[in-house]
Amino acid sequence: MDKIRLENVTYRYDVGTPFEQTALEDVTLSIEAGKITGIIGHTGSGKSTMMKLLNGLDSPTEGKVYLDGACINATKKEWLAQGLEDEKYKDLPKNAKKKAILKDYADFHKNLCFRVGLVMQYPEYQLFEETVAKDIAFGPRNMGLSEEEIAKRVKEAAAFTGVSEDLFEKSPFDLSGGQKRRVALSGVIAMRPEVLVLDEPAAGLDPRGRNNVFESIVDYRNKTGSTIVIVSHSMEDMAKYCDRVVVMNHAKVAMVGERKEVFAHVRELAGMGLDIPEITRLAELLLAKGLPLTDAIYTVEEAREALLAVWKGGGDK
Amino acid sequence: MKETFIKTEELSFSYQAQTENEKIPAVKNLSVEITSGEYVAILGHNGSGKSTFAKLLNLILEPVSGKLFVDGKERTGELTEAELLELRRSVGMVFQNPDNQLVATLVEEDVAFGPENLGYPREELRTRVDEALATVGMTEYKDYEPHKLSGGQKQRVAIAGVLAMKPRCIIFDESTAMLDPSGRQEVLSTIRRLNREEGITIINITHYMNEAAEADRILVINDGELLLDGTPDEVFSKRDLLLSVGLEVPQSAELVFRLKEAGIDLPTDALSSPEKCAEAIAKAYFAQCKGGRGNG
Amino acid sequence: MRGMTLGQYYPGTSPIHRLDPRAKIILGILAIVCSFLCKTLFSFCLLEALVLLLVILSGIPPKLLIRALRPVLFILLFTSLVNIFMTRGKNLLFEYGIFHIYEEGLWNALFMILRITSLILMTSIFLTYTTTPIALTDGLEQLLSPLKKLHIPVHDFAMMITIAMRFIPTLAEETERIMNAQRARGVNFSTGGLIKRVRSLIPILIPLFVSAFNRAFDLANAMECRCYHGGEGRTRLKVLRYNVWDFVAILLLIGVGVGLVFANRLTFGGSIL
Repeated sequence: MDKIRLENVTYRYDVGTPFEQTALEDVTLSIEAGKITGIIGHTGSGKSTMMKLLNGLDSPTEGKVYLDGACINATKKEWLAQGLEDEKYKDLPKNAKKKAILKDYADFHKNLCFRVGLVMQYPEYQLFEETVAKDIAFGPRNMGLSEEEIAKRVKEAAAFTGVSEDLFEKSPFDLSGGQKRRVALSGVIAMRPEVLVLDEPAAGLDPRGRNNVFESIVDYRNKTGSTIVIVSHSMEDMAKYCDRVVVMNHAKVAMVGERKEVFAHVRELAGMGLDIPEITRLAELLLAKGLPLTDAIYTVEEAREALLAVWKGGGDK
Repeated sequence: MKETFIKTEELSFSYQAQTENEKIPAVKNLSVEITSGEYVAILGHNGSGKSTFAKLLNLILEPVSGKLFVDGKERTGELTEAELLELRRSVGMVFQNPDNQLVATLVEEDVAFGPENLGYPREELRTRVDEALATVGMTEYKDYEPHKLSGGQKQRVAIAGVLAMKPRCIIFDESTAMLDPSGRQEVLSTIRRLNREEGITIINITHYMNEAAEADRILVINDGELLLDGTPDEVFSKRDLLLSVGLEVPQSAELVFRLKEAGIDLPTDALSSPEKCAEAIAKAYFAQCKGGRGNG
Repeated sequence: MRGMTLGQYYPGTSPIHRLDPRAKIILGILAIVCSFLCKTLFSFCLLEALVLLLVILSGIPPKLLIRALRPVLFILLFTSLVNIFMTRGKNLLFEYGIFHIYEEGLWNALFMILRITSLILMTSIFLTYTTTPIALTDGLEQLLSPLKKLHIPVHDFAMMITIAMRFIPTLAEETERIMNAQRARGVNFSTGGLIKRVRSLIPILIPLFVSAFNRAFDLANAMECRCYHGGEGRTRLKVLRYNVWDFVAILLLIGVGVGLVFANRLTFGGSIL
């Protein structure tokens, strides 16, 4: 099932100025529901632009973006025209019909940013409230939820990212870098988005912080069945956590598929300015030395299993 | 035998806590010696005190106690302004955020900033700026505005700005943390070249393990104390200790440890590069193949 | 945002572009004086001829120059209305209730429009369009450097402007990022009453201030690391040098000013014609 679909999407910056630039060119792409999709590509490949299109922060210059089949960037007119054809409004009298369609249009756009949660790069810069709890509550409060529900969501979101409740009354500015990151992430998770889009969620964190952040994202997906989109240029992280991978190169989709399919082309990826995971390089070295490795290897765990299998085979000879 | 360039004796530093009248120790009695021309990596998790330690080395922060020697001269205690400037000139520093360390609105004027402060005549400024930009490969960008450059390019400009002061040592304070892979490679290869070709002492503070593996020596700092000091091979052989302080070993080394845990006999004393790890694994594999065949 | 260029600088190599920034600051001041010297239609004609000459010399597309006038459109409209309705003169043209329009009022309004537009055009040509902000700061610092003897911190002032200019694009980018992040958390900047809109700025301003302070702190460290210790003993990579043409241009403009004073005395029939 497609959660999000981009159809022939083109995005240009500064149209009509000497600085005009195409960030996305005729991109058609589906993001599958309930999966973790990694979007990788070098800086300027268009991946960050794509992210902003997913929750309507920005609209494509051309093309359409769909969320659950509904077009995010449809104009009121287009939405109305489509609504009039829709079965859903069939039984309403003409005037009420138009009203109902337009109300749905307004609601859809109001809720869009809550349905598709966006965690930008270095999200700790968005913190501003006096206390951690208030900051996490900011999104839910904007949704117009009851105080009770807000409190519940804050607790739940903090639990996902491992923000201890002892920190709730502290100022977010007194926390360490890793803690701030987790509070910011909680602030988006608290809106319980159906789709969680993250831009380099672990940038600048130390190894433990990195693992914590990625594990809380996986945990959120597993417990809520949400769709996750992670934008990154770290192939090591993508290899470890993603189900599907989209490779962006020069404003276009260069590759898309299950993780295994995409990483099988690891050398081509390296040609697009991406880093090959160190473990893949190790596997290539071992292959060159004559070890009978068959599968492409891109995580430590896969390497371990492949080598253990080989070892057994070797021992049996 | 090369001479010691930086030496610290029981260096300590504490931050003033924001509310109470309390001090938070960040660096505790650190004693370290760094040889001239050495390439040292400092590893530690966020908040381990590694950046604080680095800022003590050119007195951007003043130590609470302990002694600092640079180039054989003690630099703690009362210093004249000339002495302080000489210290900062010879021990340069490149920071994490490329946007927050460029001062001028044009690349070449930014590179000139350090030497201008030191009051060199104009002809000297010109040659220093040109040389520094050439060393980092940014000559063609000299008339650019910094905000129009990529992250990696900005960091190279920042490096040129330090180079133009002709330092003997450059400290990189997580200078690659905010860069993409290609930007990181740009900066790392520049660092390597400065160390090998210009003989500049390098102190690279990082939490990327494979970056630390490039150094001659790794210092691991945890809670303001020196936890490990050794070659990358020595340091990465202590995987469990590194894990316990929020760090890790490079992927290849991690694989060797996991294979060992699965019962395969592998040496763990030389795991600092994928090549070395491959060597160790291949050797054990073929030895075992031979052994297996012998038995059968 | 990467394409953003500071100010309105229009790159070029025209004779005006090549003048020393200090000379251009002086020329800008002289241009202001000139436009205030004009009192008669004849002298205004001379002034407009000068403006036209400068436009041609600078090679800046007139379209861009007209853009420079846009922000003062309101002021122009307002002052001309004030002039038309408030000036009392001899020759009453129109009267309705409390409104009186005299011929002098119309002239005054016209002169005011000509004065303000030529003033803005000339200063824009000398300063913002042909001089980079950096060159302007340098020029200002060196022009004001005699004031250092009076213990006026000219250097620190210039340093502040340079840093501000260096950080404007960075902070603009930052503002956009923060706005996007808060919009993604449901802040709506474009709807609601005034109070609601002002309130919606808090989630932008606080993070922006925090980040600006952090940046300032980082920058201070970086400057200290690069041996910054105030303006004393500091040399400069780029030193400004006057050229013969700078003096020629200044003398010419002074000449124009003197000419305008004489032109004011020439009368052709009427007092202001």
